[in-house]
Amino acid sequence: MSGRPLLRFVRGDTHINFMRGRFLGLATSAILSLASLVLFFHPGLTLGLDFKGGIVVEARTDGPADFGKIRGALAAHHIEAAGVQAFGGNNDVLIRLGADENTNTNAVIDQVRHAIAEAQPGATVLRADAVGASVSAELLRNGLLALGLSLVMILAYIWFRFEWEFALSAVVTLVLDLTKTVGFLVLTHFEFDLVMVAAILTILGYSTNDKVVVYDRVRENLRRYRTMPLRELIDLSINETLNRTLGTSTTVFLAALPLAIFGGSSLSGFAWVMLFGIVVGTSSSIFIAAPLLLLLGEKRLRKDTKPVTR
Amino acid sequence: MMYYSRIKLLSVISVCLIGLLLCVPNFVRKPAVSIPWPQIHLGLDLRGGSYLLMQVDLSSLTHDRLQSLSEAARQSLLVAGLGYRDINTDTKQGVFSFHPRDPSEKDRDLKVVSDMPRAVADEFSVSARPDGSIALTLSQEAMRARARDAVTQAIEIVRRRIDATGAVDPEITRQGEDRIIVELPGISDPERIKALLGTTARMTFRLVDELPAGSSVAPPGDTLLPSTEMPGQMLAVRDHIDVDGADLVNAGATTDEQTGGWAVNFTLNSVGTRAFSAVTQANVGRRFAIVLDNKVIEAPVIRSAITGGSGIITGNFDARKATDLGLLLRAGALPVPLTVIEERSIGPSLGADSIRAGALSLLSGFLLVIVFMALFYGRFGWYANIALFANLTLMLAILSLFGATLTLPGMAGMLLTLGMAVDANILIVERIREELKRGRTPLAAMQAGFERATSTILDSNATAFLAHVMLFVFGTGPVRGFALTITIGIATTLFTTLFLSRLLMVRWYALARPSTLPV
Repeated sequence: MSGRPLLRFVRGDTHINFMRGRFLGLATSAILSLASLVLFFHPGLTLGLDFKGGIVVEARTDGPADFGKIRGALAAHHIEAAGVQAFGGNNDVLIRLGADENTNTNAVIDQVRHAIAEAQPGATVLRADAVGASVSAELLRNGLLALGLSLVMILAYIWFRFEWEFALSAVVTLVLDLTKTVGFLVLTHFEFDLVMVAAILTILGYSTNDKVVVYDRVRENLRRYRTMPLRELIDLSINETLNRTLGTSTTVFLAALPLAIFGGSSLSGFAWVMLFGIVVGTSSSIFIAAPLLLLLGEKRLRKDTKPVTR
Repeated sequence: MMYYSRIKLLSVISVCLIGLLLCVPNFVRKPAVSIPWPQIHLGLDLRGGSYLLMQVDLSSLTHDRLQSLSEAARQSLLVAGLGYRDINTDTKQGVFSFHPRDPSEKDRDLKVVSDMPRAVADEFSVSARPDGSIALTLSQEAMRARARDAVTQAIEIVRRRIDATGAVDPEITRQGEDRIIVELPGISDPERIKALLGTTARMTFRLVDELPAGSSVAPPGDTLLPSTEMPGQMLAVRDHIDVDGADLVNAGATTDEQTGGWAVNFTLNSVGTRAFSAVTQANVGRRFAIVLDNKVIEAPVIRSAITGGSGIITGNFDARKATDLGLLLRAGALPVPLTVIEERSIGPSLGADSIRAGALSLLSGFLLVIVFMALFYGRFGWYANIALFANLTLMLAILSLFGATLTLPGMAGMLLTLGMAVDANILIVERIREELKRGRTPLAAMQAGFERATSTILDSNATAFLAHVMLFVFGTGPVRGFALTITIGIATTLFTTLFLSRLLMVRWYALARPSTLPV
């Protein structure tokens, strides 16, 4: 047994001229991000309970759920404007209620429990969440703070380890990735909650990782090939790291895929966003981050070197 | 690079073995003998239970302090023969202010309030305001210290109350300055506990002043309080507290011998007994109110002096209310009111579903990655897989050592870590390939591969590490679990790839001395 790999993404050396398509890549990305921005304002993100506040109760009834009866029981408990809907099987009920500052979510959730017990004896409450308006505002603030600070720290780290051209193009690319993810969230109606913030941060981490690997190679090649034009050098670096880029994105994709399929209501949204982010993050390393680096660094990164002997 | 000293070899292997050993308790039943048994705890989202986030109302604390400060100041002024007008308390700023009766008395007023013993109402500063008033400001520092104490005390009371309900393994922790988190495994309907925790349970015994017929204004020194016995009725209860519930030593549900209904009996300590006996002796024939959280639960007429230090409260109780009141009185009053601002309850069936979903995803994701690595990276892929397995056991081991809580997002974090972990191996192997292509010998290629890939691996992991530390700092609940597992995962990944899988490759090379590398 030689132990040689059976399969390979690309055999032999590749010489794909990625930078030729740099304006196409940047333009596509800009259009997608702009469209996402529009979607962000209209119709906007579906805020989850964490950030909106209110009540969500999931119950499983003994027999098929009688929605009219449940609505009646809720009304009897003076709970108006409750969204009562089916989810999963036909004996699963989802009850949603909004909340403002004056709502005592804590008392209302007990009323909802009573109403379910009256309308559907034998029903079990699977999940009951109540988040007060003050808490949700705080959770949203902390979530956005975590996102913002992560970006700043990534910027600082890459700046420290590389040059500012690298840091800036990485963070601009990350912001573009981020907006596209937001657009994806709007289109898919996945609820934006703390778990989604976690997903986005993981995407940012993964995407940065991917860019760092390409940049690391660019930095190495800058030292190795003192006279090669930056454009060629970036193309070379991408080609050299192509097998790795495809390999790693595939393993992360394969790891996240079962979560999307088996993860259940609480994790499948998270996993789908992850999968989307892996595709976006991988392609943006090649089509966005690298062209940006070329634009920013064409004059500077190569300015000291004069063509010597060829 | 290509040589591992015996010590290094042994330590890498022993770390992996210790990791494996530390994982075992998670899969085996705890033996009866008491040995340290570090284990991962299942989060509430996996085992079912309730999470309650409670806000401590610290403004009531300031309010109380200002009240006693104002009382002390007025008392001191009266004793000194001085007067005051336009009293004002500002709870937000912690300021009590008054105007001197006459501007000429201002200096004497200032002196009197400045000379008040500080023990009366914490540290405070006295200042004369431009509008002629005198302001007493509570020291921020003292209030903060008092708030800290109050929250600590509240946590203790909360613990006592929850323990009294028989809840299993409750976790009560402080969050920030004014929040308390209560986690109740196995309790998916926390209504009763919420009611218990939402009650301050401050009980006082105070005399009632009978109002003249038709009057509904409380005389000075009295407050009108609602009666729970006769709803709608208000009683004029003296502000002066004759006996404080803090002097109770025991309380419990019982039945009233006369009516057969539910009641709560109580026993006072010596201080309470003396006070109770004195006040009942002096006030035979008057009504004596039992006040709980500013509501009169009962106001019986004192028939004779009660000197035994025990009594019985008959309100409108059913069995549960009597039991709960007994419990609350035994556990003591909360120093500050608490409100539940967030509740997350998960039923046991959903928790079991989540465990199944998480385990299934983890297993299939793990398998997919292993198959991929075997197909695309051959022998070195299998070494990466061995490192991956070690990575998983080390992650579980560290989580067990910390006694960490595994949540559903935490399981997702583990899975993603495994997906990302092989990246380091891929980087190394791809690098070795390139070095071979550049014409290096297998040995030199491996050496260069390890060397060059290491800095890339460190850089790429550092950024992911930073992002998840942020998430851990700013996240709450299950999301923190996710961030924690990924952060730990990055550390174990660095260890298993930089040490273990490299060790396997190097040992194989040293033993087989191959002329070509399987890349």
